[in-house]
Amino acid sequence: MITLTIDDKKVEVEDGSTILRAAQKHGIHIPTLCDFRSLAPYGACRVCLVEIVGSRDSWISASCVYAAHEGMVVKTDTERVLKTRRMMLELLLARCPDAPRIKEMAAGMGIEESRFPKQNDDCILCGLCTRICAERMGVGAVSFANRGSERKVTTPYDKHSPICIACGACQVVCPTNAVDLSEVTSNVPRPIASEYDMGLAGRSSIYIPFPQAVPKVAVIDRDTCMHFLNGVCESCAEFCEAGAIDYEQEDQIEQVDVGAVVLAPGYEHFDPDMKKELGYARYPNVISSMQFERLLSASGPYLGEILRSSDQKHPKRVAWIQCVGSREVDRNYCSSVCCMYATKEAIIAKEHQPDLDCTIFFIDMRAFGKGFDAYYERAKELGVRYIRCYPSSVKEVPGTKDLKITYMKDDGDITTEEFNMVVLSTGLRPPKEVRELADKFGVKLNEHGFADTQGFAPVETSKPGVYVCGPFAGPKDIPETVTEASAGAGKAMALLKEQRGTLITHKEYPPEKDVSGQEPRIGVFVCHCGRNIGGYADVPSVVEYAKTLPNVVLAEDNLYTCSTDTQQRITELIAEHDLNRVVVASCSPRTHEPLFRDTCRQAGLNEYLFEMANIRDQCTWVHMNQPEEATRKSKDLVRMAVAKARLLEPLSKGTLKVNNDALVIGGGIAGMTAALNLADQGFKVHLVEKEQQLGGNFRHVHSLLNGSDTQRKLNDAIESVTSHPDISVYMESLITSAEGSVGNFKSTVQHNGQSTEVSHGAVIVATGAEEYEPTEYLYGKNSAVITQRGLEEWIHEGRPELKNARAVAMIQCVGSREEARPYCSRICCSQAVKNAIAIREAQPDTQVYILYRDIRTYGLLEEYYRQARAKGVLFIRYQEDQKPEVSANNGALEVSCVDPILNKPIRIDCDVVVLAAAIVPGDGVDEVGKLYKIPLNQDKFFLEAHMKLRPIDFANDGVFMCGLAHCPKSVDESIAQAQAAAARAATILSKDEIELDATISEVVDANCDGCAYCIDPCPYNAFTLIEYMYQGSIKKTVDRDAALCKGCGVCQATCPKKGIFIRGFRLEQLGAMVDAALIGE
Amino acid sequence: MANEEFEPLIIGFCCNWCSYAGADLAGVSRLQYPPNLRIVRVMCSGMVHPNLVIDALTKGADGVIICGCHLGDCHYLDGNVKAENRKEAIELMLEDFGVEPERFRLEWISASEGPRFAKVIREMTESVRALGPSPYRA
Repeated sequence: MITLTIDDKKVEVEDGSTILRAAQKHGIHIPTLCDFRSLAPYGACRVCLVEIVGSRDSWISASCVYAAHEGMVVKTDTERVLKTRRMMLELLLARCPDAPRIKEMAAGMGIEESRFPKQNDDCILCGLCTRICAERMGVGAVSFANRGSERKVTTPYDKHSPICIACGACQVVCPTNAVDLSEVTSNVPRPIASEYDMGLAGRSSIYIPFPQAVPKVAVIDRDTCMHFLNGVCESCAEFCEAGAIDYEQEDQIEQVDVGAVVLAPGYEHFDPDMKKELGYARYPNVISSMQFERLLSASGPYLGEILRSSDQKHPKRVAWIQCVGSREVDRNYCSSVCCMYATKEAIIAKEHQPDLDCTIFFIDMRAFGKGFDAYYERAKELGVRYIRCYPSSVKEVPGTKDLKITYMKDDGDITTEEFNMVVLSTGLRPPKEVRELADKFGVKLNEHGFADTQGFAPVETSKPGVYVCGPFAGPKDIPETVTEASAGAGKAMALLKEQRGTLITHKEYPPEKDVSGQEPRIGVFVCHCGRNIGGYADVPSVVEYAKTLPNVVLAEDNLYTCSTDTQQRITELIAEHDLNRVVVASCSPRTHEPLFRDTCRQAGLNEYLFEMANIRDQCTWVHMNQPEEATRKSKDLVRMAVAKARLLEPLSKGTLKVNNDALVIGGGIAGMTAALNLADQGFKVHLVEKEQQLGGNFRHVHSLLNGSDTQRKLNDAIESVTSHPDISVYMESLITSAEGSVGNFKSTVQHNGQSTEVSHGAVIVATGAEEYEPTEYLYGKNSAVITQRGLEEWIHEGRPELKNARAVAMIQCVGSREEARPYCSRICCSQAVKNAIAIREAQPDTQVYILYRDIRTYGLLEEYYRQARAKGVLFIRYQEDQKPEVSANNGALEVSCVDPILNKPIRIDCDVVVLAAAIVPGDGVDEVGKLYKIPLNQDKFFLEAHMKLRPIDFANDGVFMCGLAHCPKSVDESIAQAQAAAARAATILSKDEIELDATISEVVDANCDGCAYCIDPCPYNAFTLIEYMYQGSIKKTVDRDAALCKGCGVCQATCPKKGIFIRGFRLEQLGAMVDAALIGE
Repeated sequence: MANEEFEPLIIGFCCNWCSYAGADLAGVSRLQYPPNLRIVRVMCSGMVHPNLVIDALTKGADGVIICGCHLGDCHYLDGNVKAENRKEAIELMLEDFGVEPERFRLEWISASEGPRFAKVIREMTESVRALGPSPYRA
């Protein structure tokens, strides 16, 4: 190592380093144009001039080619240096007056115009292109030719190079964008498409796959990397200061012994290239729905702007075509999610561009999920146009590259419209590699390549112990996927209950130092993060500044504060200097706070006596061209962190003993399944059913489309539940009161006037739903007007009224999808199809009509819709504003409606009318909601913690739900959700105690006057107003349930009297940071 | 600074889950914005007491911005709704203190909106710069 002085700063570098590298390593900025880390120094641009101070005189030299030596003195910003550098830039600017980087560099030195005559060249002869081509790519396709003023970069004989590999390295390094590859080679460069941006943008060969990648580290694409292709380049290794590039890395094969496997390989989108007639890949403005998602994303190719790739212009009219790759002869399933994602894309596109005209071409609008129909209606209100037609082709308009779609209107007329962009709503299909995976595990696949699961076992494969979740078992949306994921975990946990917790190891920590009453002694560690911070801010001066701050007893800089050796050093320094607060100024607490907190714990310091200043992500990385400002802001951020650190207090995570029993409310198929899974996992379960019998709605289900034996399943479930030693069943019982929170609930079960108190750690709400009792279509007035459930009984019993019927008319959406109940009941379409097929199979002479608004046989149910049509069931669509009418004449029934295509009335004479009655929430949901503080949505179904990601949980911990209480769903979906709820509950019940957050609210009783302002805003109902006697009078205050509080701090911001605060985010602590920001250096 | 142009000082309260992460993403993406912002990390935009905003602005901050998750995306269900409900009260109080309401902003920025974070801070810095120094600046 040698030591030299640059700008009065002593710096240490390795022998052989140039002055430029030495300066760069220590954050001293020297501008340069011809330097590139992985290339040998060249000294062409002369911008990096510095003054070298000798013993007698000083001289100007290019720092990039001058070797540093022991004791040398270098100045980078003397007037002489700046004057000479300005001259060099003026000459360069005269040569290339339009090169942005030179203009910017010149402007930075105060030069707007060059005094020399302009040459309008674009090459500064820096040689980066020739050097990278020869030195790194080993090709040498371009080189310098001629001498003096004739010197230029070119190929031999100015002809296309026969050896150029069109790798594009010359283009990447050129500081003036002077390289035109088409002049160099006849090879066409092959851009590397970004997989994440769906080919709408490019990426490099070494890259971080996407912003949310875990772990967020770069990977090398061996198929395009020049090193792996030709054994050359290795530039990235020169750039990576952490030395993390390892070209020798190989796949490692590891063996793990497991007792169960959950397969979740996801899905692929249908390749729209296979639909040539829709123009994908032929016309630039026909894109896939996933590409459109990327366009909408703020991190997408155009930063969230919707632009056409053909001309980078905003489209004015966008059309979506649904069912691309779904509901076809050879892919006869519905992809379940496309109707809603297209609707969502249209709504978001209109948020981006309010005047955007959005049109969706669809077959049936399958908005069958919870809240979906309301969303669909909202899209229509926002002006999204829905056209019920599958256009057969898309044609490009020459010149404008707009697209013509020809389609049939509702009235049967054919018309053609032009759009600026067409989005293909591509369907879901199993990933290609999945067949191999399935073979390995011996799992059967169905005809479409999805995992073949059986009825009542939605997450079980043909191989015991191998479970499946997500779209691998058929197309599905996020909530169902998340549900099945938990269900798979639940099944695996039941299988492996003996092994639970056996692989857990606990880390040992030294006892915690008592720092109470001590004056703060703060240690500040400022990270260089290689060059990420040190390259832009003056880290040593930040350290010197930190030393001047109150209570700071130690400050130092580290190359990487997060490295293992620095962690060790911090631990030692905490002991050596008796530090009782630690501040690290580096990157984001979101990524690194846990690491540094752990370091504090290793040193016996309470982990909450730690604070971070984010001087990388929120300072040097965003002020890369402003080193002075970045340094000043870093000092400010450190001062703010120190100000907060002085007020930090040791905090501890409370623990809560957990009762390991569960309560399940509702003994339908969902409740029974949940209870059985929990009991199979080894927990004691209290199952409460209000009726005289178990089974709920499932008692009335006599068949399923997949042929499963429902009544056998019902009897098996009842038998298992009632005979299970760990399940206590309470029949004809209700919960009348409940108290407590996660881990420790107490509920009162009432039966025949007798009350039993039940203690439990978690509760599963499976209270079910009911069939709507229609008031329309003569229901209740004419005995031949029945519901689908009634029809199922008739089919099961072989009722003569049905056997003798010549025609049966089914009316869909009775009580659903209308003002009073604006939701879809989800299962009625498939129920109608099921019953229609049953009738047609048993009595081929009985005609069956289904009057529908949209047929919503989603997912793999689509196959049965096709079967029903093949068996001659007649489907007639009606519109919401022209509902069918039912009349009775002398015992015969007549159904009339208007066919929207013919626009003519239709009359159907029939003997039986079957109504697809809605699923409506059960009685008593309000009471259950109040008891366990769980909300209902406007349709009176229970409202989950998150519509997509937490479909089983509530905001209140320890309470879960499954089955129809959540929303209408099929038997198998209820079973999956029940298994999932059991798995979710087990995450609590499997522990003896749960750790509570430390940074939660704390009431200051002395300040609280019981005004109760904080009680209602608390999203978790964590507060109760209490009264107690204090000095002879009643004192009011609030009591906070530590198990419920999540530390959001809404209470702190609501309290007018500082009567409550959030630990670690007290007003005083936040205020101290603000004050510190305001006082300046 | 070579010239004497006014450089505003802006305090930003960013929620841990969305906007602080959005600020981090702006950094990871190397999106440049003016160095006038000083971020105070809070767990939720709903945690920021109006007094924190008023105090900052009456002690000399030239601007204050609270950033939270988009409505409907709050990590704590609806803390951001509560932050929004307080906005009007804060503006009324600022009026009493003689502080232009434009010095205070409430913005929703998600964890994936690095570009939006940079844009909002750029705009905020310029709008506060146009207003000139806070009347309470020492």
